[in-house]
Order: sequence, then C-alpha cells, then structure tokens
Amino acid sequence: MPKPSPKQVPMPTQDPKERVKNFLEVPHGYTIAQAQEEAVRCIQCKNPPCVEGCPVDINIPGFIDFIAKGDFKASIRKMKETNALPAVCGRVCPQEDQCQKVCVVAKMGESVGIGKLEAFIADWEAKSGEIELPEIKPSSGKKVAVVGGGPAGLAASGQLAKFGHKVKIFEALHKMGGVLSYGIPEFRLPNDIVDREVNYIKSLGVEIQTSFVVGKIKTIDELLSEYDAVFIGTGAGLPWFMNIEGENYNGVYTANEYLTRVNLMKAYTFPNHITPVTKGKRVAIIGAGNTAMDAVRTAIRMGAKVASIVYRRSLKEVPARLEEIHHARQEGVDFKLLTLPIKYHADSQGWLKEMECLKMELGEPDASGRRRPVPIEGSNFRIPVDVVVIAIGNNPNPLIAESTPDIKVGKKGNIIIDEATGKTNKKSVFAGGDIASGADTVVSAMRAGKIAARGIDEYLRTGLW
Amino acid sequence: MKILEKKKIAKDLTKFLISSPLIAQKALPGQFIMLMVNEVGERIPLTIAASDKDKGTISIIFQEVGYTTKLLGTLGVGDSLYSLVGPLGRATEIKNYGKVIVLGGGVGIAEILPVLRALKGAGCDITTILGGRTKELVILVDQVKELTNQLIITTNDGSLGEEGLVTAPLGRLIKESQDYGLVFCVGPVPMMKAVSDLTRSHKIKTTVCLNSIMVDGTGMCGCCRVTIGKENKFTCVDGPDFDGHLVDFDELMNRQRIFNEHEKHALCKLDEQIKKDKENTN
Repeated sequence: MPKPSPKQVPMPTQDPKERVKNFLEVPHGYTIAQAQEEAVRCIQCKNPPCVEGCPVDINIPGFIDFIAKGDFKASIRKMKETNALPAVCGRVCPQEDQCQKVCVVAKMGESVGIGKLEAFIADWEAKSGEIELPEIKPSSGKKVAVVGGGPAGLAASGQLAKFGHKVKIFEALHKMGGVLSYGIPEFRLPNDIVDREVNYIKSLGVEIQTSFVVGKIKTIDELLSEYDAVFIGTGAGLPWFMNIEGENYNGVYTANEYLTRVNLMKAYTFPNHITPVTKGKRVAIIGAGNTAMDAVRTAIRMGAKVASIVYRRSLKEVPARLEEIHHARQEGVDFKLLTLPIKYHADSQGWLKEMECLKMELGEPDASGRRRPVPIEGSNFRIPVDVVVIAIGNNPNPLIAESTPDIKVGKKGNIIIDEATGKTNKKSVFAGGDIASGADTVVSAMRAGKIAARGIDEYLRTGLW
Repeated sequence: MKILEKKKIAKDLTKFLISSPLIAQKALPGQFIMLMVNEVGERIPLTIAASDKDKGTISIIFQEVGYTTKLLGTLGVGDSLYSLVGPLGRATEIKNYGKVIVLGGGVGIAEILPVLRALKGAGCDITTILGGRTKELVILVDQVKELTNQLIITTNDGSLGEEGLVTAPLGRLIKESQDYGLVFCVGPVPMMKAVSDLTRSHKIKTTVCLNSIMVDGTGMCGCCRVTIGKENKFTCVDGPDFDGHLVDFDELMNRQRIFNEHEKHALCKLDEQIKKDKENTN
C-alpha cells in the first residue's frame, strides 16, 4: 500500500470576506473526487482506534472504504447502522477530540478527515434523492413517548423505531431539532439539513408533535398512562448569568435568546421574518466556548464593526473547537483575553453603552487543572459596546423536574440516571443528554439517546425494571 | 388552532374563540399561550381570557397595536394559527383572601376576567376598579359586573365613571379600610407601578401580572427577565404574577422598549401589505 499523503484534502470553503456577509454554510463540502482522494488516506486498521473514539460507534473504516471504492450506497448504509444523523455529526462533532484524535494516520501527519467524509456521504445520499430505510423490526406493540426533539430525542427515537416500537416525540417549540435549530447557526449547520434529518426519523415511523410542553400540557405521569415508557431529553436550556450590575440593560442578551432570534426565528432576514434582534455595531460575547464562537460569528454577519470574544483566561484555555476559533479569526473576530466583565453601564434610557472590565493574570492551577485567572487589582477599564451576549453556559431545563416531584435530580437540576441504561429512579422513565449530564456536545447527547433506547428496548421486552 | 368565533369588543380590541382541547383541559387563571400567526411570524404571549374544558376551547383578547396583533386581527373564523402552545406560566394563586380589590386597565381588563371568576368561586368579596383613557377603552363592563361585588370605573377624560386614574378610588378604599387580603392588578406598567406604590405603605399584598417580551416562553431564552427584589426572575416560568412591591418597574418599562424601532419598521411593512392586498382584491 502506498504511504498516505500526510495532509488532508483541503476543504473548499467560502472566502472569509464573502461569508461574513451571509449565513450560508462555510465549507462547500467535498466533491466526489475529493472525497475519494481523502478516503484512500485511511489505512483500514485491523483494530481501528477511531471507532473507539466515536461516541456513537460508527464503523469508520467501513464507511470510508466504501467511499474509496465508489460504492456510496453501501457507505451510507454502513454509516446508518449506528448513526441516524450523519449530516449533523459530520458538521458539528468535535472530531479532533474524538475519532480523529486517535487516528493512526495522524502519527504521520494529519488525521483522516473523518468528519468531512461523514458529511460528504450524508449529503451524497440527500442529493441522490433515494433515502434508503434501514431494517425495522416487526412491531413490538409497545409505545414510547420521547420528550424533546433535540439530538438526544432524535437519536433515541431513531433507534427505538428500528427496534419496532411506536414512538412519538413531543417538542416544546414550533420546530423540531432543539439546539440544532435554535442554537447552532445556519453557517455551521443549515436548517434545511436539520429538517432533512428530522424527516429521516419521521420516515422510520416516528410521530412528531410540536408546540407541546411536557410538564405543562401533560405531566410525565399522564404520558405514562398512555405510553409504556418515557424518554426525557429536554436539554440544558436554562441560561446562566454572571449576576453583575447592569445585566438587564437593553442590549444585553443571553446566547440562547440571541441565537434563537437569529437562527430559529431568522431575525437576520428581518423584516421578511418579523422577529427582531438588535444589530450591534460593537458587540462583545462573554465566554469562549462553541456557543460563544457561534454568537460572535453571528454578530459579524449581522453587521457588527467590532465583534469581540471576552474571556477571563488565556487563549490556551479557550474551550471552543480549534476549527471554530480559526474560522472566527479569519472573519475578523477580536479576542479580548484575560478580561473579566464586572459591570455594565447604560444611558438614561437603559441602553447598554459600556462594559467595565478587569485585567486578569493566570495563577496556580485550579480544580479543572487549568491555571486560575486572578483579577489584577485596580486594572479597571471600559470598552464601548452596544450589544453584549452572555455565553457562559446553561443549566438543565427545570420544567420536567418541577412537574415530576418524584424524579431524582442533582444539585444543578440534572436528572440522575444509570449511565449504562438511561434509567431514572422513576419506573418506566429514562433520560439522557444535557438534561442528565449538564451542557455537553451534540454527539454525547446522541450517544445518551442511543444508550437509553437500548435500555428502553430491554425493559419493554423483558418487563424487568 | 382553528378560530371558531371572532368578535370586535371595542375599537382595535378583538376576541377569538379558538379550538384547542388540550390547552382547554389544563388552562388555569393567570396562564398564557404563545402563538405565531404565520411561518415567518414572531412568537407572542397572550393571556388565556377564558377556557372551556367541555367544548375544548380557549379565548384570547388582544389589542391591535403592534405588527403581530394587527396581523392577528386580519384572521377570521375558520382560519388557523400557525402555532399555538400553552398553557404557560404559573397560575394565579387563588384562595379566599376575604376582601380583595382587582384592578384592570386597558386590555388588562380582559386579563383579569379569569382571575375574577376564580376569586369569586373561592368566596372573595371583590371590588373591581376598571380604568381607561376614554369610555370606549373600558371594555367588558357587563361581564366584570357579574363577577364583582362592587364596581368602580375611571376614565382619564371623565367620559365614563370618575374622571382620573384608578389610583384615586384605590387610595380612598384603602384609606377607609386596610383589611384587604389582596390587591390584584393588570394593566399598563405605569398603572401597575402606581398601584404597587400606593399599597406598599399599607402593607397590602399586591400581585401584578407582567407582560414582558418573550421568545420561547418556556424559560430558555431569558428575554422576559425582570428584577424582583434582588433576584433575576423569568416572567414566562416564574411569573407572570409577581409581588408588585418587589418588581423593578422602571427596568421593565425600559425592556419593553427594546424593539420599538423594529416595530415601527414592521408596521410600515404591514400597512403596505394591507394596501397591496386591497388593490389586488379591487
């Protein structure tokens, strides 16, 4: 076998100068020739570490080998054996921390572009117009209610449908997808692709009910009177604040609100879509995770002259994916590192004008192993801003726990589950994703959904709790 | 989600009876729904003015003041909403408070109806004060009359009832007697603020129902946050009822103005659209 090229086939992307003016996806996606060129870089390990690194156990060498051979139908079939949402995973998974991190080829240069190939094969199938359905087991006669139409709920539903159970998803918003629809911007994950994946889940026989808030219109106990089991995947939707002065001034948004307005409600097309959002000229995003990168790149596309990431630690500790930081830099994002906001200042009408910050320095490592940021006394300075987006994290959504007093929750309101099965302490009720783990990645929520689906299947088949 | 009945209650004030068996089953006084008129619309909250479990219907009453409420007003019987979700928010705390004063201002009068019904059912002795700029804006008087032991009306111009604001009769009542178990008020923010200021020194429990701007309505976005005492609360999941003595009304008033400029822009667009539609039908 010839030695694989040390470099990945580069992904064609929109020019940064152009893409800051639109919400279209940044990468164009591999052509067939590019995908095949990349696919042959995979050396088809006998004991592939990449599969170990994949939260949803994709047979990575398997699907890549079929791409190399040009049998794309077989490739997507292999993919969907374990992953029902490849177009999403290929785009938003942190592959560099998972499959690609342990890729053997990476020892000789760059890893195989597994994520890019995953997105390629998913898009190839969509373009072909022929979506093949997997084998669905004969009907078990059992019914499962899935609460929440995000990654955990979608993954659980797909799997449960394949096991032969009748599944209905209850989603609170008017649109399916959870964070895939309201949170992740279109330039990273187009809404059409989310719709496509949701339609695939529907095609497996899953029923969908939107605008249905479990906990309000029906409780978990009421669902249990109609369904044999319930899966809760309601995510981490309760935004954190810093609780500093001025956080309620006009112009201060949570990332959830800012992104929901722009992505779910399409405020970027205002007034074609009628939901508004403040177009800031000087926008600061507080935090440096993936959500912060999404928000700052959104602000640039909404016309900000200056869009900054404000983060209390240094670049080394920035939690966002490298690719996101890279894209943000290309698009002109300004990084204000070692900077801690302590107070907002407004005009007499309550409109945000300035952000007061402290300079930080790094001290001894803290519990997370990262060097603790320590404020430098008297280093106060002000930054002019008209929009601030707080992107420092979310707690699990409290609605279900509040309306289900007998379900066991942890200190942060997370539902406590058995990791191996997704079982909660309440009979017939399972949970997974951010509602149980606290805020984590899309793919870890999908993994939790799949694990719970297996747990539910076993429970429904054996009747044993 | 289908509109079964449409009724003009007053100028710019419309009532819809909507088929929604599931929401009707669960709706409690003080709760609200969120709706979208069409696919490109915004999500707005509206109080559930009445609900009927047996018929599977809910009523909403709205003032056609903004883009979305005006657009909503163009819908007719047989039309369906694009989306409807509820019942949201916490219900108003209902019990026998003894003597209570309920105040409604403007479209807030529609919002006090379900609370009046429930308080009456709980055995409260109710005095209701309705206020409006002028007599046409004092709505639903007959329905309120049936649910209250005593009714006082004020208008700014004196065209109906007493001339002046609701705080004048409220001031008289609580000067005469402080043994009111509850003052409940829904109306424009300045009215709720004035009422809360008045009852504070008398230490009379005062509940106000807030109308913050919302997006999801389920506690996810935080747009509707409001300072209650020293705490940050979300109107959609912690409210919409709050202790009037703790609400930072000035902040609320500022936050309600966030999208005023967008609203003007949207209204221009709507006027053009309506004009175009008319030309097309001619």
